[in-house]
Amino acid sequence: MHCPSVEPRRSLYFDYQVYPAFTAGVGAAAIRREALVVVGAGPIGLTAALELARYGIPSVVLEAEQQVSEGSRAIVFTRRSLEILQQVGVADRVTQAGLAWRFGNSFYRNQRVFRMEAPHDDNDRFPPMTNLQQPCLEHELVLAAQANPLIELRWGNKVVDVRQAGDHAWLEVDTPAGPYALESAWVIAADGARSGLRSLLGLKLEGAAYEGRFVIADIRIKLDLPTERLAYFDPPWNPGNTVLMHREPGDIWRIDYQLPAHETPEQALSPESLRERIDAQLALMGMQDRSWELDWSSVYAARALTLPEYIHGRVVFAGDAAHLLPIFGVRGANTGFQDVSDLCWKLALQVKGLAGPALLPSYSQERVGAAREIIQEAGKSTRFMTPPSTGQRLLRDAVLSLSLSQAFVRPLYHWRTSRPHDYCDSPLNCRDDDDHLFSQGPRVGAPLQNLRLGEDDYLFDHLGAAFHLLCFTDADELPKDVQAQVARLQEQGIPLRVITLGEQAAVKGADLSLDDRSGRLRELYGVPVGGAYLARPDQHVCARWQGLSGAALAAAVHRALGNH
Amino acid sequence: MLHWLRQYIGHWEITEDIAMSTLTIADLETLYDHLADSLDRTPEGKRELMLVKLALLAAEALGDAERFAQLAEIAQRDL
Repeated sequence: MHCPSVEPRRSLYFDYQVYPAFTAGVGAAAIRREALVVVGAGPIGLTAALELARYGIPSVVLEAEQQVSEGSRAIVFTRRSLEILQQVGVADRVTQAGLAWRFGNSFYRNQRVFRMEAPHDDNDRFPPMTNLQQPCLEHELVLAAQANPLIELRWGNKVVDVRQAGDHAWLEVDTPAGPYALESAWVIAADGARSGLRSLLGLKLEGAAYEGRFVIADIRIKLDLPTERLAYFDPPWNPGNTVLMHREPGDIWRIDYQLPAHETPEQALSPESLRERIDAQLALMGMQDRSWELDWSSVYAARALTLPEYIHGRVVFAGDAAHLLPIFGVRGANTGFQDVSDLCWKLALQVKGLAGPALLPSYSQERVGAAREIIQEAGKSTRFMTPPSTGQRLLRDAVLSLSLSQAFVRPLYHWRTSRPHDYCDSPLNCRDDDDHLFSQGPRVGAPLQNLRLGEDDYLFDHLGAAFHLLCFTDADELPKDVQAQVARLQEQGIPLRVITLGEQAAVKGADLSLDDRSGRLRELYGVPVGGAYLARPDQHVCARWQGLSGAALAAAVHRALGNH
Repeated sequence: MLHWLRQYIGHWEITEDIAMSTLTIADLETLYDHLADSLDRTPEGKRELMLVKLALLAAEALGDAERFAQLAEIAQRDL
């Protein structure tokens, strides 16, 4: 019998609500066959369910616990994550509740030796980074899921067995009232770093585990400091190691610091050890007189691992269940959101019978590739934070020392932060478009670039769960062959919307016409009048042309649907 | 004083083209003494760090990553 705790978790800033366990499946006469089951109601699982609902696909979400997750956990969300969350309707709440930031500071021997500035373009709606505690984000996602008639959220339901059965997967689910079985045509495994489904299917992650282990402690303290990332290298109280600090909403500060070698997590998390070290860090900052209270603490091990394949029969892995990535550079949840954004339109079209044979497999190709690239980049940050060898440590220490007076080494402090992956090698990309003729604008494989259209009005506000053809035209009607082709594709059930950007307020054949009389938007996309971009439902460009024909559009959509 | 070293390096210069610009023997001798003094003045346990810093500074002054890698490879020989 699975009996999760029904005691609300304790927190200084978040009121935990315990949801009733779903037990109606226990003792049912027949096994129900669902279209889609999502395992895990963390940020990735809930976003997946909400994404699928946008395409009209109903889902059942199984969550082992009866409340949202404990501790702040993922706290930094990138612009791309906000853009994905905007599509599922929670970005406004996250922006309102969260703290925006774009600067990072690195300190060595009490001197600021590097200041990172994340670029912010006027065309972007969202800031480069937003800090919000994970339970607060999960709460918003839960509210959105509960309000969605296509999503059934089942708390206290733990998957204890899975069997693949050709056209579906069979799941045994344990609840506080006993087990029940259900079947699903597809299962999304979003059950986190310790994924039960990964273990049940006997799947092994590949990659490296680093030596470094970090204490993560959240404290409530009033510090008159802006929302910027702080990194302290080799502080006197923790020689050779690194301390990171982030501000969270509600006067909560995240302090991450490395454990000295040979110290156990239990020793590191003892109240005396935490107090002594946090006090030492505050003293280093000249804030030793401030009182503080501990909210939550945990130990984190830096790992860079991924499954080599995310689709296993009818079970598809996403987020931490699929990969474990170092937190440096905010690559955890932010990578998971991009997984979901890539996966859900493909799975939705698969369920609807509109997908070609190569569509769903492209999820694994694109996202395993992204994870591997992230692992490579993260290795560069990790080796600077936790040097893995004597040579690495000597170089890191030499850079720290030189950075006090020599500017040329300072950029080595900048770890590359999570960024949207470009699927430039995707099999879904058009092969014979005009991509090579463009010198500006998002290239094929990259996500579209947001465009500011007016006060509180951006291009991404107008995008939906569909392919989008962005036509840059000054004519009052789309070319007849393009109109005919769009109609043909739409008749087949393919979600495709046409947006024109140009002089005309209404263009025949377009679902939406945006004002670009100044030509500013066309210039940003580096496209001549008559040119066009085709974006997949996850907003990634799959073709762009300097002049568009109906036949070229049909071929590109055909390919982007995995028909090749 | 360092004539033999000069010759030794000269040998490598012919075969592997170590130096892009050639130091005079007087310069090389000065540098030799200076580096020895610097190492002596650096506390025990910090000499490796000092040399790595020096290598990075020299690499920056050299401005040629590929060349620096070749030099590091030569330095590793015959230890």
